[in-house]
Amino acid sequence: MAAAHAHGHKVKRYSGLMDWLTTVDHKKIGILYFIAGFFFFLIGGLEAIIIRIQLLKPMNDVVAGDTFNELITMHGTTMIFLAAMPLLFALMNAVIPLQIGARDVAFPFLNSLGFWTFFFGGVLLNLSWFAGAVPDAGWTSYVPLAGSIYSSGHGVDYYVLGLQIAGIGTLLGGINFMATIINMRAPGLTFMRLPMFTWAIFITSALIVFAFPALTVGLVALMFDRLFNANFFDVANGGNGVLWEHIFWVFGHPEVYILILPAFGIISEVVSTFSRKRLFGYSSMVFATVLIAFLGFMVWAHHMFTTGLGPVANGLFSIATMLIAVPTGVKIFNWLFTLWGGSIRFTTANLFAIGFIPTFVMGGVTGVMLASAPADYQYHDTYFVVAHFHYVIVGGLILGIFAGLHYWWPKMFGRILNETLGKITFWTFFIGFHLTFFVQHFLGLLGMPRRVYTYLGGQGYDDMNFISTIGAILMGIGTIVFLINIFVTWAKPRNASNDPWEDGRSLEWTIPSPPPEYNFKQTPLVRGYDAWWKEKMEGKTAMTPAEPVGSIHMPSPSILPFIMSVGLFIAGFGFMYDQLIVAGVGLAITLGCMVVRSLVDDHGFHIEPEEQDKGVQA
Amino acid sequence: MSAHDHAEGHLPHEPEKATLDARNKILGFWLFLGAEVVLFGTLFAAFLALRHSVGDGPTAGELFQLPMVFGATMILLTSSLTSVFAVQAMHHHNKKSMVTWLIVTILLGLAFLGLEIYEFVEYVHEGHKFTTSAFSSSFYTLVGFHGAHVAFGVVWIALVIGQVFKKGLTVVTAPKVYISAMYWHFIDVVWVFIFTVVYLMGKVAG
Ligand code: HEM
Ligand SMILES: [Cu+2]
Repeated sequence: MAAAHAHGHKVKRYSGLMDWLTTVDHKKIGILYFIAGFFFFLIGGLEAIIIRIQLLKPMNDVVAGDTFNELITMHGTTMIFLAAMPLLFALMNAVIPLQIGARDVAFPFLNSLGFWTFFFGGVLLNLSWFAGAVPDAGWTSYVPLAGSIYSSGHGVDYYVLGLQIAGIGTLLGGINFMATIINMRAPGLTFMRLPMFTWAIFITSALIVFAFPALTVGLVALMFDRLFNANFFDVANGGNGVLWEHIFWVFGHPEVYILILPAFGIISEVVSTFSRKRLFGYSSMVFATVLIAFLGFMVWAHHMFTTGLGPVANGLFSIATMLIAVPTGVKIFNWLFTLWGGSIRFTTANLFAIGFIPTFVMGGVTGVMLASAPADYQYHDTYFVVAHFHYVIVGGLILGIFAGLHYWWPKMFGRILNETLGKITFWTFFIGFHLTFFVQHFLGLLGMPRRVYTYLGGQGYDDMNFISTIGAILMGIGTIVFLINIFVTWAKPRNASNDPWEDGRSLEWTIPSPPPEYNFKQTPLVRGYDAWWKEKMEGKTAMTPAEPVGSIHMPSPSILPFIMSVGLFIAGFGFMYDQLIVAGVGLAITLGCMVVRSLVDDHGFHIEPEEQDKGVQA
Repeated sequence: MSAHDHAEGHLPHEPEKATLDARNKILGFWLFLGAEVVLFGTLFAAFLALRHSVGDGPTAGELFQLPMVFGATMILLTSSLTSVFAVQAMHHHNKKSMVTWLIVTILLGLAFLGLEIYEFVEYVHEGHKFTTSAFSSSFYTLVGFHGAHVAFGVVWIALVIGQVFKKGLTVVTAPKVYISAMYWHFIDVVWVFIFTVVYLMGKVAG
């Protein structure tokens, strides 16, 4: 290493906006994912509030039926693909390399490319509001509704192309994090010593790699049908509408586990840290995660019980679905046993984690109810399903993300979020959540269908819808308090210590908050599970280094990922409005950048020990 | 660690795996191929679901000319072999023979593409257009995706050759050769499935 720095490549360092556009540093990319993801979360939230206001009372006319369809479609699509996933990617980026003692991810350039494609895909999708052609066939875009006959405008095109572009970013991220976790672990950090969050992200990444390409193909087929008159789903020409359902859910069910597994990982970390105890049943946790992921690929048809696949298929998928409850239950008990007898600290992060446990259990229980095919004939397409998936997604994933954000905020930004505001966020959001969605179980059981823009009074729906809307507003208030907290904390000095919670267990708590550009001045040597906790218990104040201090090699920043994504964005518009020349230009920009990237070697640059002491801050 | 610790001349036996960066790339590419398997798997599934829906258009049995497709198959299989030779030459640090085999690979790839284009044009004349039936749409999508992969591979390998000329065989260029060969084999395996599932089953089990 030392010999190599004789070559000392000088690299242009950018500052300001250019720094953010060109960065390949996982910590900065994490922050970008957070900002973009949170922005889309606010948009999706706004859409939700409008939906709930429309449903506040019977025969309400705040929005018309077609606008309502656009709102629910964009709400679902935005929340899943543009808010939840990026917020998870934010935490992955911010934390994973630190937890495994690495200086960056395996492919820093692709990491940046992944962010920008997601971002421009999301922007494309949302520009539909301004183009006056908004997707309105549901986040599932079932055909024939989403086909060109029933959705003749450009709305669904925005869905197809926006998701296609954003999906590229997600797939790249999945590959990147798998390779990172396999190849970049610090010496001694064997797989069975990995922190639970790292395990969760490892398995999640595998799910992404094997699930997203199915969506890619589905979207391509739908795009060909809509734009080039192909006949994949066009029944009149021999196409098959059920094919879309299969393709979508072969992707879609693993997708819901892509969402929840990282939350499981976050909860494991937070609960263990704030009970000051080793995670109970670590190896069973790992095993359960793997099993959930594996089973997650064999249950997709539980979304299609009423499609008419026949009793044998329904029976098999029913049983496979119920099986998932077993490893999930293992996890729940492990968290409870971790808390049991621990010296629990009720920080905001831990409140969110503890709130997660019963809430997610309720979502799991309704899941098992839905898994019974005959019963699902009753529940399907009612508010019962809406209640189920909001319990697992909001009560599971979003509470998990809030726990993770409060927990790792000091590591990302060097400042602890204000605890009082944090607790207000938790209680308003948590109570608001249960108010909104608990009653929806009963609305569903009473027969209120999902995706209807209004209802007649006097059917027993009125009071519960009213309560539900009040709850939604409360959740909105919770989110605003969180936003205020961000700004309040921003104004405070950057003074978080390496281990601000004092009970940190894994490697990210051994380095400054926020970490220097290269994370670890010396790669640490890991001697067991809970690497940092183990050292602390033996009275050490730092990790044992696995290498001498030396010159550190860093990848250089690049604007190419940004330009490549702009190219795809342009191409998207070209395809949509039948301007094949524009589409060609867009694709040429992207491919041209790939050629440049391949031809021009990135030598990176070195940070010398002297500079390291000055502390190059991320 | 840095790429230029090894100047040309004292390359390790497997120059493609000499740096962490290169090992990352190879692993990452394997994972990418995993994703590609799912991609083509889904395309195959769609094709299998729709292949009998020919509508008023011609059926698989009426369209396909096995001798020509068999010829294309042989060409592509041979090109896989020549790319193996290129990687072997790389392991012997024989730049010239490596480049030669890569060029042969490209030429075979181009020949395959030529046949495929001829085949598609022929089909269109026989009334088997992209929009004719569900069978035709899924056929062109599956086989066309594969063809696009071949075209991409040809351009890619050409770029790699250019770089080897410019920079020599180094621990930076070696992984590029190796990975493009991995990609090429993958395309080949996909074609074997296309030949079986689309053409043979179309003719025999049609
Ligand atoms: C014990 C675990 C689970 C079981 C047994 C289960 C079962 C089911 C079933 C059978 C349905 C179909 C209901 C219908 O449409 O009639 C469903 C829908 C859904 N589930 Fe779950 N689920 C589980 C966990 C989860 C998790 C962890 C998530 C996400 C994080 C999730 C997200 C969803 C979504 C989004 C839908 C609705 C999709 C739609 O139609 O728009 N589920 N679940
Ligand atoms: Cu599912």
